[in-house]
Amino acid sequence: MNKAHALYCLKGIVVRESLRFLNQRGRFFSALVRPLVWLFIFAAGFRSVLGVSIIPPYQTYILYEEYITPGLLGMILLFNGMQSSLSMVYDREMGSMRLLLVSPLPRWYLLFCKLLAGVAVALLQVYIFLLIAWFWEVRPPIGGYFLLAPALILSGLMLGSLGLMLSSFVKQLENFAGVMNFVIFPMFFASSALYPLWRIRDSSELLYWIGFLNPFTHAIELIRFSLYLQFNWQAALAVLFCTLGFLAIAIIGYDPLRGFLPRKGVAT
Amino acid sequence: MISDYSSEKNKQDERLPGKDALSVSKICFNYGKKQVLHDVDIQVERNSFVALLGANGAGKTTLFSIITGLYGASSGNIDIGGQSLLTSTQQALSQIGVVFQRPTLDRDLTVLQNLLYFCQLQGIPSNTAKTRIDTALHTHGLAELKKAKITELSGGQQRRVELARSLLHKPGLLLLDEPTVGLDYKNRIDFVSRVKQLCKENGTGVLWATHLMDEVEDADYIYILHHGKVISSGRTTELREIHQHNSVASLFQHLTQNAQETSQ
Repeated sequence: MNKAHALYCLKGIVVRESLRFLNQRGRFFSALVRPLVWLFIFAAGFRSVLGVSIIPPYQTYILYEEYITPGLLGMILLFNGMQSSLSMVYDREMGSMRLLLVSPLPRWYLLFCKLLAGVAVALLQVYIFLLIAWFWEVRPPIGGYFLLAPALILSGLMLGSLGLMLSSFVKQLENFAGVMNFVIFPMFFASSALYPLWRIRDSSELLYWIGFLNPFTHAIELIRFSLYLQFNWQAALAVLFCTLGFLAIAIIGYDPLRGFLPRKGVAT
Repeated sequence: MISDYSSEKNKQDERLPGKDALSVSKICFNYGKKQVLHDVDIQVERNSFVALLGANGAGKTTLFSIITGLYGASSGNIDIGGQSLLTSTQQALSQIGVVFQRPTLDRDLTVLQNLLYFCQLQGIPSNTAKTRIDTALHTHGLAELKKAKITELSGGQQRRVELARSLLHKPGLLLLDEPTVGLDYKNRIDFVSRVKQLCKENGTGVLWATHLMDEVEDADYIYILHHGKVISSGRTTELREIHQHNSVASLFQHLTQNAQETSQ
């Protein structure tokens, strides 16, 4: 693979995804409004109901808004990862995915570029959200904003890979809506995004283990610790392994010889 | 302006080691248990205009998907410009320009942004890309629409953008899968003549799949695909003479009817 060609291609895909995102203003605002509604309304409403004890990485009692913020960053990545995959199903239906896949570069690289482009768009949303949250008194250490970036990239890649993997199984856009309902909401609610896992354990041991085995929980914890200048090895390893696993399945899924869809008559 | 393309013709000739722009041999393909392509053989020489004729469902689009690497064939070989699609996939794909049956332009972007995106996918440096895009837009009468969004273009203009895009990396083989579907008569004629002219100027081999026979009356070669099998092939003039038909349409009708009767 020619390095210069690979870089041109990466640049092209990232620019295209960014332009599409910025051109679709409705998508831009809705991506921001969703976590802001949770922060402004849900978190404010439940502040007094859902008290949070002192747990790492926090060194003091915190407001619920502060606890929920990493979960909302994860929510942006989760929705963005799925949206990006949704766009792949759409692209495949509309044909523009074909243009990408007939490019003279290895397919795994093209898919990886597509993932990175999705993450780049998600990073833009995350930092805009954090800027707004800063005015809402959610103020992590300044260094946390920088340390957060690698955690966001890794988590974004994991969730994007998951979406990519799902999109390789899905034949039509309509089916994907069902997958979103069965994946996004269970993943989000059965995680540590809205409440710590020890609190879940108080009410249900089973739900605790579901949450613990949920890759999204580890993405949230990786983000949470990074935002407060700490590193969570367990979460980082879990996210890394899940990323590699999802990506490997997605690459096989999009392989013209071994893929899941070509035999049904869908170009992959 | 078409000569702007041909100025690099020698360079293009060096890039294509084989005689044929495309060589498809013994290709089979199944959708599940249903075999849809049976031992398909097709040759496209450089500087030739080859028509692939078939009714809807004959297997034309499936064959194109295999040639472009979107599907993997069950068996058989494909060489593009002398490069095997199976073992030298990237080198083979770099020599293909494609206009798909369904539009593949990004409707959220402008004409220029679409063309730049394609150049980046093909690894064309930005300075070269800008020069080629300007030339291509001028050649296809799209210069004034450079900054227009795709949604602002007519169907004919969109097809011209796709044609211009498919040639930006100077491919040795141009694949067109029913590219005129949805266009009015005037736009169809315009599109066909553009492709023929570009084919002659650039020495590009063209494989044009269609069920609209009037578009390919003067094709150099014809392949007739019927239920996934090539039932007849040869020089257009020779086929007409042998079967004593004045037009490709009546020739197609005659041959497919014979094949249908034989299979029954």
